Amino acid sequence: MARVLIRNLNKMYNEVHAVKSVNLEIRDREFVVLVGPSGCGKTTTLRMVAGLESITSGDVLIGDIVVNELPPMDRDIAMVFQNYALYPHMSVFDNMAFGLKMRKFPRTEIEKRVREAAEILGIETLLTRKPRQLSGGQRQRVALGRAIVRHPQVFLFDEPLSNLDAKLRVQMRVELKKIHDRLGTTAIYVTHDQVEAMTLGDRVVVMKDGIVQQVGEPLDLYNAPANRFVAGFLGSPSMNFATVGLAEEGGTTHALGDGLRLALPAPVAGRLKPYLGQAVTLGIRPEDLRVVSGNAGNGLSFDAVVEVVERLGSEILLDLKVGSGTMVAAVEPTVPAKIRDQLRLALNADRLHFFDTSSEAAI
Amino acid sequence: MIEGAKWRRWLYFYIPLGTFVFWLLFPFYWMLVTSVRPDRELYRPWQAPNYTPFWTAHPTLEHITDLLTGTLFIRWMANTLFIACASTLISLFCGVLAGYALSRLKFRFAGALGTGIFITYLVPQTLLFIPLANIIRNFQLGDTPWALILTYPTFLIPFCTWLLMGYFKAIPRELEECARIDGATRWKAMLYIILPIAVPGILSAGIFAFTLSWNEYIYALVFLSSAEEKTVAVGVNSELVRGDVFYWGQLMAGALLGSIPVAFIYSFFVEHYVAGLTGSVKG
Repeated sequence: MARVLIRNLNKMYNEVHAVKSVNLEIRDREFVVLVGPSGCGKTTTLRMVAGLESITSGDVLIGDIVVNELPPMDRDIAMVFQNYALYPHMSVFDNMAFGLKMRKFPRTEIEKRVREAAEILGIETLLTRKPRQLSGGQRQRVALGRAIVRHPQVFLFDEPLSNLDAKLRVQMRVELKKIHDRLGTTAIYVTHDQVEAMTLGDRVVVMKDGIVQQVGEPLDLYNAPANRFVAGFLGSPSMNFATVGLAEEGGTTHALGDGLRLALPAPVAGRLKPYLGQAVTLGIRPEDLRVVSGNAGNGLSFDAVVEVVERLGSEILLDLKVGSGTMVAAVEPTVPAKIRDQLRLALNADRLHFFDTSSEAAI
Repeated sequence: MIEGAKWRRWLYFYIPLGTFVFWLLFPFYWMLVTSVRPDRELYRPWQAPNYTPFWTAHPTLEHITDLLTGTLFIRWMANTLFIACASTLISLFCGVLAGYALSRLKFRFAGALGTGIFITYLVPQTLLFIPLANIIRNFQLGDTPWALILTYPTFLIPFCTWLLMGYFKAIPRELEECARIDGATRWKAMLYIILPIAVPGILSAGIFAFTLSWNEYIYALVFLSSAEEKTVAVGVNSELVRGDVFYWGQLMAGALLGSIPVAFIYSFFVEHYVAGLTGSVKG
């Protein structure tokens, strides 16, 4: 069983507490993505699992064996690096065969595995070339191949697509998913790109400042973020935030903010009851804003002025001035909006997110 | 290149370049002419008639033959070659290991050790030969090639370490990490991955070490006395200046022939040498 268990993992670099008490269980055959901004501790965590960094405290178990003291080569893992790390003086074949040669595999077995991996990745014709004769995408495939031939228990990916251009990145993402489907090996993938996290992960782990913010399936994190950071991190364009005060007016709870006067329906108001009379942070995703005409919207709408119109073809992004603040709305491409238009935008009651202003936790 | 009128190119580029090249190569030309010039032309004052300083109408091979047969020049070349090769090998071996350790391993006194090694490089040979002479005498190595093979590393190893350290630092850490995950021990990772990539750096360190040993004068002068053991630099100087008579023809021939091996090695390895100095390992 190739599951990975991370228990109370900590990493201190002199005075800097880079990874703080991380607890994770990655199940067998699962593809887990560690995502977060630079410096959040995701790469350090991955390197501790790999054995390239020492563990300050805590345990890492791979397949039920505590591997803290084991050197990287005994942990039965394979890693794919951001800058491929191909051995420049060896051919593609030798690059892929190196690991097996080090473990004294027989020549026939090496040949078989390398050709198998090359066929999965579509690089059979490149086997005699040297890394400097390959394009970025081809190099990344070779790096993948090098990991695949080892038939490890766990794949570790350290931002493997970051060095590729945008189009290639999308292509390789799909390929990675197909390969994972085909091979079924447990994988831990580190990235700062939330799109990769959402599309590749069976489960996503959002990290910030060394602490795990939330763990769950991509859509769960998207629809029910545990705190403001996760809400703002996933989704592009990111969620709009506004500070609103909650007040009781004429029997209904209202959220009052800069340019906003929203009448909250009963179920929402019920959730917010403890915060009556206080300020909370309201979060609305750009795609949850609809342009409506006249006075439609039944109390859950507001006025805004269009500042910038970005037509993407599949949708239109409107940069809006709401009160003295700004918001972004993503609307259908058929909406006729121009700069300086006055629009009315309506919200969906069950697509409202509220966060405590001090703890930033979701309410 | 320099754009603009042709005169600009000439003034700012060709003329300075030409002057510089001329300046550099002139001594070799002079050596060549002097070694084939017959004696009667060599000891002539400049006011004499038919004075042709830059060429000779009667070239002769007698100086070169005298050098090769009348002195122990061939023996000196052999000595120097042996000493230079041996000290280069020793220094490269130590330099590779030290350079790798200092650039990769994070141990407590790494910084201090590195600095310490470079400081030894700063102590001038003209000062160091005095205590070294004492040591050589105590070990009874005087007048043997070992006196030099064991003392040259005192300045060759710091230099090789410094050069190789810089070169190893340019090799991405991920390559070794990958090798370690692939199943190589640190030792195997160094042997199969790092060393092959560092070959240009090792070659340039080797060439430089060879040149430094070949040209070294002070230790060779102090530690070697008998004519059979001398190196080319010392031998040519001591045996071809008899009393106050300078045998210019043979001296120049000796100097010229003595520069050939190093020039030869450079011409073969010059591409690797330059690549090693600039150190480019990407992808």
